[in-house]
Amino acid sequence: MVALIWPPAKRRAADLIEVHNISKTYGTHYAVKNATFSVGKGEIVGFLGRNGAGKTTTMNIITGYISSTAGSVSVGGYDILKNPIEAKRKIGYLPEHPPLYHEMTVEEYLTFGCKLKSVPKSKIKSTIEMAMEKTKINDVKGRLVGNLSKGYKQRVGLSGALCGSPEVLILDEPTVGLDPKQIIEIRNAIKTLGKEHTVILSSHILHEVADICEKVIIINKGEIVAQDMLENLTSKVGDKRRVMARLVCEKKAGQKLLNGIEAAEYVEFLGSKEPGTCDYVVESTNGDVRADIFHAAAQAGITLLALKSMAVTLEDIFIQLTSENEEVAV
Amino acid sequence: MRAIYQREMKAYFNTMTGYIFMTIFLLLGGLFFTNTNLMGENAKVTSVLNNLQYILLIITPVLTMRLLAEERKAKTDQMLLTAPISVRAIIAGKFLSALSVFCITIVISFIYPIILTILGTPVWGEIITGYFGLLLFGGALISVGLFISSLTQSQVTAAIATLGAMLAILLIEMMIPQIGSEAVRSVLAKATLSYNIFYFQQGVISLTSIVYYISFIFLFLFLTGRMVERRRWAKG
Repeated sequence: MVALIWPPAKRRAADLIEVHNISKTYGTHYAVKNATFSVGKGEIVGFLGRNGAGKTTTMNIITGYISSTAGSVSVGGYDILKNPIEAKRKIGYLPEHPPLYHEMTVEEYLTFGCKLKSVPKSKIKSTIEMAMEKTKINDVKGRLVGNLSKGYKQRVGLSGALCGSPEVLILDEPTVGLDPKQIIEIRNAIKTLGKEHTVILSSHILHEVADICEKVIIINKGEIVAQDMLENLTSKVGDKRRVMARLVCEKKAGQKLLNGIEAAEYVEFLGSKEPGTCDYVVESTNGDVRADIFHAAAQAGITLLALKSMAVTLEDIFIQLTSENEEVAV
Repeated sequence: MRAIYQREMKAYFNTMTGYIFMTIFLLLGGLFFTNTNLMGENAKVTSVLNNLQYILLIITPVLTMRLLAEERKAKTDQMLLTAPISVRAIIAGKFLSALSVFCITIVISFIYPIILTILGTPVWGEIITGYFGLLLFGGALISVGLFISSLTQSQVTAAIATLGAMLAILLIEMMIPQIGSEAVRSVLAKATLSYNIFYFQQGVISLTSIVYYISFIFLFLFLTGRMVERRRWAKG
């Protein structure tokens, strides 16, 4: 029996980051208001919100760069204000503008990063090699940071955050201002890093979050309006099935035909992309409506050119949630 | 702290600031030395040290303007303040690096008394205390400069404000004899930076002055720390 009750059960496979009810006010303006969330070990969490929604402020509070007006943040069980050194040791932070010293070479910069995070002298070289390998900046290690392109600077910043092998990586808009190829490279780097680190990533680009993250926190005007796994969010908003149909017919005829289908709850004319055709969105709550559309069109002698299922995207969720919130605010 | 110190030392000599400071200090020091000691056939280095003290008032901003202002401007303060080190360590590292550049400079200027030893018989005790006093005086000025650098994001503003503060330090000293009240005059006189260096230049190691300078330095380093912390708690 003793063996069963001793040692006592550890705390729940603790959340690595626990943010409890934090607020930050500037004068009377709330930059962040009563935000509560937690991030478990190994998760990749996307922080989504428009510009100025409070993403950066929240990240700055988690990393201890600024303090919150109220509430608490703990990282790996350490409070960021009471035990800042221990908490910060667990975090690698890449702010929106990578904090780079332009007069240093990449290698010098990373050495400095390691020393700041008190990496033992014997391990500095291997840590830097590893960080450069993961972010693919080996080829510029001897160059001055100030002379690098924006994409490289971003990656140098990312590898700076990797120094000291932190458990959590906090990345604030890591792909802003990069060209499409660089964006893909950074995203791939983050995906790889997500296998070994817990990652919190902020972005206002929706498909980026959809592409990289498992869990999404949506923040609007300083308040968290939704937080869940991506698929749960999608199903919450998207219990409706949406189908796009392209018919060769007049606008009214098509509308009439689709309205006639029993399962079709809502039909909307989208426009005409090909000459002589009309595109419609058909929404239904029960089951797949595609077969019904096909049969109805065949019976009416209307040619069906295309039929495509339109999944609910993160974009729909985002717009719905942030606009709902606006209504409440008004 | 060590990481910050090493980085700052590198920055002084990777950019021109370290060299500019040393060049101006040693060039003017050399001029005074040649004029007073070599041409004037005088074995007292203390008058050169006394002049150097005024040069230091003017060129300290070169050493301190960048220290914290630049970090904020380039947003590299985010890296420092989110790293597992204390604000105290950051400030200590920065202060010590500036002090080290100053130390290196005055060690090089030791060449003046060495030349004098070859040519004549200077009083070494007086020289050593004089240098020690200059070091403390420089440390105090650097702490003021570091504090002012924490107030702004712009190096230029920091430099001009530091220069202003240095001029104020100089002017207070000049204004004191104009004060009517004897009591106020004597208290103020003893509280100035340049009054306390006087004894060192006379070959006296004054414990009061050592305590004075060290307290002065710690006061300004403390204020710098408060300034950096304050920004993190800002509400406006």
